[in-house]
Amino acid sequence: MRMITGGIDIGAKTIKVVLAENGRMLAKCLVPAGLDTAAATQQALDEALTSADLDKDMVDLFTATGTGRKSCPVTDNEITEVGAAAKGMNHILKSCRAVIDVGAEEGRAVRCDENGKVIDFAFNEKCAAGAGTFAEGMARALEIPLEELGPLSLKSKHAVPMNAQCAVFAESEVVTLIHAKTPREDIARAVLDAIASRIISMLRKVGFEKDVALIGGMALNPGFVEAMKRGLEMDIFVPDEPEYIGACGAALAAAE
Amino acid sequence: MSKNGKYKTAPLKCWARVKELRKKYYEDYAKAHDRNGLRWAGGAWSFSAIPSGLGEDVWSLTSEPYAASIAFNKEFSLRCLEATEKAGYARDLCAYMRNYWGSIILNEYAFGGTFPKPDFIWQDHICCSHAKWYQVVCDLEGVIPHFSMDVAAGPYNEIAPHKIDYLVNQMHDGIEWLEKTTGRTYNDELLIEAVKNEFRSTSTWAEICTYNKHVPAPLEEKTMYSLYVLGTLDKHSREVADFYEELRDEVKDRVDQGIAAIPNERCRLMSDTQPPWGFLSIFRYMEEFGAISVGSLYTYGLIGIWEDKPDGSWGPRTTPMEQGIEIKDRDQALRLYADWTLSKPEWQHFYSPHLKTEMMARIAKEWHLNGILLHYNRGCEGLSVGIAENRLGLIEAGFPVMAFEGNMGDEREFDEARVRVRFDTFMETLGIKKDGKS
Repeated sequence: MRMITGGIDIGAKTIKVVLAENGRMLAKCLVPAGLDTAAATQQALDEALTSADLDKDMVDLFTATGTGRKSCPVTDNEITEVGAAAKGMNHILKSCRAVIDVGAEEGRAVRCDENGKVIDFAFNEKCAAGAGTFAEGMARALEIPLEELGPLSLKSKHAVPMNAQCAVFAESEVVTLIHAKTPREDIARAVLDAIASRIISMLRKVGFEKDVALIGGMALNPGFVEAMKRGLEMDIFVPDEPEYIGACGAALAAAE
Repeated sequence: MSKNGKYKTAPLKCWARVKELRKKYYEDYAKAHDRNGLRWAGGAWSFSAIPSGLGEDVWSLTSEPYAASIAFNKEFSLRCLEATEKAGYARDLCAYMRNYWGSIILNEYAFGGTFPKPDFIWQDHICCSHAKWYQVVCDLEGVIPHFSMDVAAGPYNEIAPHKIDYLVNQMHDGIEWLEKTTGRTYNDELLIEAVKNEFRSTSTWAEICTYNKHVPAPLEEKTMYSLYVLGTLDKHSREVADFYEELRDEVKDRVDQGIAAIPNERCRLMSDTQPPWGFLSIFRYMEEFGAISVGSLYTYGLIGIWEDKPDGSWGPRTTPMEQGIEIKDRDQALRLYADWTLSKPEWQHFYSPHLKTEMMARIAKEWHLNGILLHYNRGCEGLSVGIAENRLGLIEAGFPVMAFEGNMGDEREFDEARVRVRFDTFMETLGIKKDGKS
C-alpha cells in the first residue's frame, strides 16, 4: 500500500522537511528558521511538496521533531530529536550503534540498538561550546566565512591546545592566538578539536560501540569530522546530507 | 475504574492534619518566647530528641526544611539568594544555607514577621556546609550559644562499640552544655519519651514507604514530600509519631481498597536527592505520561529507619520497644539513639557512593520500577556527591536512568522547559506516550 509521510525537523537555525513514500525519500527542503516558525515551516513544506509534485492532502501523516517541534503548525504526531536521529540513522545504516548529532545550539549523543531503539542519550544544553554556534562565533573571530573553517583546519600541521571551556572565553583565547601570530589553520583546528572534545566526552558518557555516525549541520564541516575521528581514534560514518537525518527519522516515525 | 484511567483514586483523608501540624510547628517556634519557652535551631539531621529534656516548652527550627519552604516561594527565595550574594557569600554554596542566611539578612520569617532568633544552636556535622552553616548564622545574628556534634563514625555496616561511644560521649557533653547554657535542669524522662517517639516515627515512616511497593502505588512522591517533612521538623514529638501511625493506617487501607495515587499509573519511577522545590510541577507533568515517582532513597531514607527482613526485603527497623527493651536511664537512651540514627540510609552514602547504589538498586527492584531520575543537584554538595557513580551502577544493574541538572533551592539553576524535553525523550526511550497520544 502506498503511504506518503512527512517529517518536519524544526531546529534552532534551520527547518528541514522530508517527504517519503514507504521509507523512500521523495523530496526534501531546508529553509532558515527565522523568527516566524510557522511561516518558515509552511515555506519548507510547500517547496518540498512542489519538488515531489504532491498536494498536502496526499501526505497521510506528518511527524514533527526538533527543538521547535511543539510549535509546528502541520503535524499529526511528534518524536524527540533523539528518537528521530536514531530512527533516521538506523534506516540508512543498520549497523549504527551510536549517533552523534551536532546542530546549531545543541549536541547530542545517542546509543541505540540494532532496531534503532534508543538505549541511552546525553544532551549538551545551555552551553555553546559543544555546538555549531561555537564554530560560527570562532569563524567570525578569525574573520572567515563559516564554510571555510573546516577546510582551513585541514591544512593545519600543529595541534594547538585551546584551554577555555566556555565559548565566551574561547573567543578571547582565539584573539590571543591571533595576536601571538599562531597560523590561522592551527587556530581553526584548535576550535574544532575543542568542540569534538566536548562531544566525545558526552558520547563516552552514554557509551558506544561501532558503528558511530555523525549527523546534523556540523557533520558538513570536514574539519570537525576529522577532529572527531582523531578524538575517537576510529572511523565514523557521515551520511549524505546529514542535516536531513532528523527529518528523515520523523518521516519514518510517521509511517509506523 | 476511574473515568480517566485504570485505577480509582482519592485524596488523603489526613491531608488537612499534615498542613495543620506543619503550620503549628513554625508558629510554635516563632511564639516560643511569648510562652517563656526556648527556641533552638539546627539541622534536620541533628539529634533533636536531646534538647527535649530541657522541658515541654522547647521548640526548634530545622534549617533544611525551612530553607526548602523558602525555595518553594520563588519570589522570596530570589530575594534571599540575592541578599546573601550581596553580603559577599558565593553563589555556589549550599542553596539551603543561602536561602536560610538570606532570610536572616532580610530579617523576614517565611511564615510572617521578623526572623525569630534562636536561643541556642544544636547542630551536627553531616557535611561541610552543615559544619559552617551556623558559624555564619552567629556572624549574622550576634553571639548564639552553639553546640555541634561530629558524626563521622563511618557506615553502619562497620558499626562498632567504640563508634557508638564516640557519639554518646558527645551527647553526654551536649546535655551538660544544654544545662549550663539554659540554666535548666535536664529531665531524663522527657529525653526517654522523645527518643521513643523518634524510634516510632522513623520506623513507621519506613513502613508507610513499603506500601508503595504495591501496584498501583497509594502515594506519589510530590505528596510524600509534604508528609515526610514532618519527620524533618519534629521526628521526636509524640504528635508526629502518632500522626505517622494514623497515616500508616490510611495508606494500608488505600492498598487494601486499591486506591491509587494517580489513576493512570503505567510507569513507575524514583527520583534522587532533593527536588527543585520551586518546580514540583514537573511531577504533575510526569503524570501526563502515566509516570509516577513512587519515592526515592531521599524520601524513604532521610527520615525512615530500615532493616533487612527475614524474607530478604527492606522494611521498617524493629524498634527497641518492639524488641521488649525497657529504656531505663539517660546513657541507655543515648546509646540506643546513636545506634538507631547511624543506621539511617541517607547517612551511608557520605562514606561511599557504592553503598547508595546498592540501596537504590534495591528500591528499584523491590518497588518494581521502570526507570530512575537522577538530579545532579548543584545546590547540595552532600547529597549530590557520587551521583555520577550511582548512574553508572544503576545502568549496570539494568535500570534505565535519566539525569538532569538543577538546584533544589536556586531557581536560577533549573531550566524547567529543557528538563521537560529531556523527560519527553526518556519516556520515548521507554516506549511511553502521553495520555491521548497514539
